[in-house]
Amino acid sequence: MAEAAVLVVTGGRVVDREGERPADIAVGADGRILAVDPSIEPGGAQVLDATGCVVAPGLVDLHTHLREPGREEAETVESGSRAAALGGFTAVVAMPNTEPTVDNAAVVSQVLDLGKRGLCEVFTAGAITVGREGEQLAPMGEMAALGVRLFTDDGRGVQDERLMRRALEYASGLDVTLAQHCEVESLSRGGHMHEGAWSSRLGIPGIPAQAEELMVSRDLALVELTGARMHFQHLSTAGSVELVRAAKAKGLPVTAEACPHHFTLTHAALAGYDPVFKVNPPLRTDGDVAAVKRGLGDGTIDAIATDHAPHTQETKEAPFDEAPCGMVGLETALALALTELELPIERVLALLSWQPAAIAGIADSHGGPVAVGRPANLCVIDTGASWVVDPARSASRSRNNPYAGRTLTGKVRHTVLWGEPVVVEGEAQR
Amino acid sequence: MSHLLSVADLGAQGIEEILRLTDSFVEVSERAIPKVPALRGKTVVSLFYEDSTRTRLSFETAAKRLGADTMTFSVGTSSVKKGESVRDTVQTIEAMGVDAIVVRHASAGVPWQIARWASSVIVNAGDGWHEHPTQALLDCYTIRRRLGSLQGRRIAIVGDIKHSRVARSDVLAFTMLGAEVVLVAPPTLLPPSLEGWPVTVEHDLDETLSKVDVVYLLRMQLERQREALLPSLREYTARYGLTPRRAEHLGADAIVMHPGPMNRGVEIAAEVADLPNAVMVDQVRNGVAVRMAVLFLLLGSGTQLEGVDRG
Repeated sequence: MAEAAVLVVTGGRVVDREGERPADIAVGADGRILAVDPSIEPGGAQVLDATGCVVAPGLVDLHTHLREPGREEAETVESGSRAAALGGFTAVVAMPNTEPTVDNAAVVSQVLDLGKRGLCEVFTAGAITVGREGEQLAPMGEMAALGVRLFTDDGRGVQDERLMRRALEYASGLDVTLAQHCEVESLSRGGHMHEGAWSSRLGIPGIPAQAEELMVSRDLALVELTGARMHFQHLSTAGSVELVRAAKAKGLPVTAEACPHHFTLTHAALAGYDPVFKVNPPLRTDGDVAAVKRGLGDGTIDAIATDHAPHTQETKEAPFDEAPCGMVGLETALALALTELELPIERVLALLSWQPAAIAGIADSHGGPVAVGRPANLCVIDTGASWVVDPARSASRSRNNPYAGRTLTGKVRHTVLWGEPVVVEGEAQR
Repeated sequence: MSHLLSVADLGAQGIEEILRLTDSFVEVSERAIPKVPALRGKTVVSLFYEDSTRTRLSFETAAKRLGADTMTFSVGTSSVKKGESVRDTVQTIEAMGVDAIVVRHASAGVPWQIARWASSVIVNAGDGWHEHPTQALLDCYTIRRRLGSLQGRRIAIVGDIKHSRVARSDVLAFTMLGAEVVLVAPPTLLPPSLEGWPVTVEHDLDETLSKVDVVYLLRMQLERQREALLPSLREYTARYGLTPRRAEHLGADAIVMHPGPMNRGVEIAAEVADLPNAVMVDQVRNGVAVRMAVLFLLLGSGTQLEGVDRG
């Protein structure tokens, strides 16, 4: 180690895709890892104590809503990136359903510029269709030239089969991935929660599971037709998980994500009509939750994505059927996975770090491995720490957190972004 | 009981208590001057986001007969039209010093949301497709006056169950008081799941009518045909309308109910609506007394009520 380290992470257990070992990590001035050794003398470098903690590649969120441009009262790139860093994320992929939509190079550049000041690396997805209206393909090529690797009309699925086929074909020529919010709108229209026992009791129009499953099924047929790569966003039903499992068994080039709320909450949470639990796809049944957990455990689902969707208190306090869908999730995702999934830490980190990094096309800089020469994008996790969720302490501008008061196990202690400690002892540094 | 949001919150005992108290208020309503000072000094506000003249008038009449002051917050001419939130509206009303807010809203759950923010008593006067608890109470009272008891009675609720707050509250109240409920409707007008509902389902009204003590008809919204829930209103009437010929299947003591307003010629034939065993006028009359009982229970001081025997 000829070059002097500026930062040393000491005393932790490194867990990455290569496995687990105790190691100290030295980071150079260029933000890259200088050394990974059982014991490193810090010298004059800043020291981050990781004693008793897991040191992992930084987490990667495939599905974040940063609301900027357009809805800055709910979140900004800056506030959202701080929440992400506090949650252990070193990279997020922002969804394109901003105002204006991220459907051209100018808006891509704007988001990427804003992201440069963030506490995590901000990538953006582009829209598949202009204005996410499902009618005309967006200029995916010009956005891909700026580094966009994931395209989605998230918030909506592309309804027209012919257009979706063309989008898949076109995307495969650009080596980018299409991601789909699977929802057949002719079946879900007017619905505000999962259609079933609770919607019937509460008198709220429902969204049947089949509204999601029909589009998963249709898109799998289109993947078969086109051979293009495709990613399924926020799977919420047992049927969807089963469809993806069967497709993977057939060897189709598909990946999938699930959100923490879909493996921790059910539609029974809506009994009190609190719109904080209103989300799309909606919270489903116990059986769906169990199926999502199984999918995460057996590799059917590749990634945990937050679908972090901040909304102001005023908009969330509207009558249930008028309130917007979505809940915040960046600061709780890891702890929910550690608390609620009975999976080894390596598997949880695969779901939250290196697998989503690969899907996002950013595996060269995020998701590890923790090795010499690699960018020092790291998070240090105290896996035994227990804490109570308090939305008022969130870095997000919004407070629509469905886990208020819940005790979770596992807390991010430090987050390092390109060698800079952006979170130290659970506090954001800027 | 701090609010009346759902029939479920009352339990059978709570319903019984209200029905007993209603007897006293029926007696008050029959006096030359139908008024008692039980809620003198209290203020009851009607906050109706959805038009319902009959329910609003019924609550306001009930409040006035108890000596309460009443205010109406008319959404059509208010700042709500300018985009004021429900929470801000409620806070504004409360700042004027009110004791109870009677809420009607087209969205299910709004009374629950308001109850989380408000310090006054909240009475649900109908929320979306969800509940209409005082309607269920007045229906129970009306059945009891006509048939003596609900215990062991068979009640058919016919029509658009899926979109009906009356049906949801009635199912809960009727079954809590020991009645059997059969829902009669085309599958498109039933809730998607009846898991946990203590009911049976029939699709044939003719089969059902001879076996029930009460047939409760729901209003058929004309737009259901546009939503493809029905081929046509004509077909609905042919299969589920209570025509004079069908009404002949009813037992001699069986009664016909409807929450109003009726679509004569759709769910109920004009002649049937005017039969002596059709009790719609009783329902409206009893509605005032039931709402007096509810307001008295929620807002009364608990001291002996002047001139009224609590039974």
